[in-house]
Amino acid sequence: MNKVEQSMKTVDHMPLFEVFIRSRRGLDHKHVGSLHANSSEQALEYARDCYTRRSEGGSIWVVRSSDIVASQEEDASSFHDPMDDKPYRHAAHYVLPDAISNM
Amino acid sequence: MAEYKCDQEELDRRFQQRIDEEQRVEPKDWMPEKFRSNLIRQISQHAHSEVIGMQPEGTWITRAPTLHRKIVLLAKVQDEGGHGLYLYSAAETLGATREDMVAALQSGEAKYASIFNYPSLTWADVGTIGWLVDGAAIVNQITLQRTSYGPYARAMVRVCKEESFHQRQGYQSLMALAFGSEEQKAMAQDALDRWWWPTLMMFGPHDAESANSAQSMRWKIKRESNDSLRQRFVDQTVPQAEYLDLRIPDPDLRWNEEREHYDFGKIDWNEFERVVSGDGPCNRERITHHTQAHESGAWVREAAKAHEEKRRIRNESAASARCSQEVA
Repeated sequence: MNKVEQSMKTVDHMPLFEVFIRSRRGLDHKHVGSLHANSSEQALEYARDCYTRRSEGGSIWVVRSSDIVASQEEDASSFHDPMDDKPYRHAAHYVLPDAISNM
Repeated sequence: MAEYKCDQEELDRRFQQRIDEEQRVEPKDWMPEKFRSNLIRQISQHAHSEVIGMQPEGTWITRAPTLHRKIVLLAKVQDEGGHGLYLYSAAETLGATREDMVAALQSGEAKYASIFNYPSLTWADVGTIGWLVDGAAIVNQITLQRTSYGPYARAMVRVCKEESFHQRQGYQSLMALAFGSEEQKAMAQDALDRWWWPTLMMFGPHDAESANSAQSMRWKIKRESNDSLRQRFVDQTVPQAEYLDLRIPDPDLRWNEEREHYDFGKIDWNEFERVVSGDGPCNRERITHHTQAHESGAWVREAAKAHEEKRRIRNESAASARCSQEVA
């Protein structure tokens, strides 16, 4: 494939969108999957058609996948490790007498 | 799409119906302006309380008696800053801006919990704040997990989960003092004597005198009345004080068989009014400190912005260099 064909191919691809749905008021939007669309408006309609055929939710968010900045699992050692040695951040770390319930 | 024309009354009626059916209101829903402004006021004041609340405890970080107590206190104060962030973000979903909220705090236009205008004089105050002040906050925040505005409710779920460690570490630290030497026990008693009444004031005026309460209850922004939350706090705290063998400074405090609750003495509402309206022991100090910290941190915000701008320009010129290479 030459360069021109390659670049045409990327133009052919519609951008990828991630889809988040809130199943009920009061709950968080949850990631349900992704889809290709030419615009965010189109992505919203596709998401409705693909992901809410059985009334899975009343509110949909679509976000261009390329706009998502994510941490990588391989980086976990430098990124998350410092939290592992802080058990004192958990309530269960503080042992209280049985007489003190309700805390 | 069809165009719907609803008059104000009809919109209000549907809104109230949604609330009555225990549905949550979400950011993009229609809502009465008063609902929006009420919530911005309450959530931003809640956020300010978390942030100002870092001061009375933060001052003890360098003087904590052991390394363990120090890292625990650091973690707790860091949590409070995080809670402020969750809450400011929830207020921002209603159209409030961070800049306006911070400005309102610093000008004195916005209030925060009056309890943080009291000084923390000894190490025992740190444990007492965890036990009483966080304990009272939890009683209130547990009910707010069911508040009618979705983002506020979800922030409260997160806060409550973290807050339980705060109260437990405080109580445990007080146990060390109360079961320690005579001096240590006296220090714990002195802290309880000073913090007890201001903690009871945290729940706000009596229901009959609470200006914003009735509408907030109808809109389910508030889920329980000030007096009923205060009673719950007293009922659960008295046995905890008894276990420590500390005396709650209220001669009228006694179990009422008939009500199955503790009766307690009269709160000094004059003191409450004085502290809320700016004349407590530390009001000026708290705001001065916040303003100073904010201003002396300005260069960090400016540097971060300048760095980002530099990076953007560097990336752009790198991209255009790549482009011209490919063309060549």
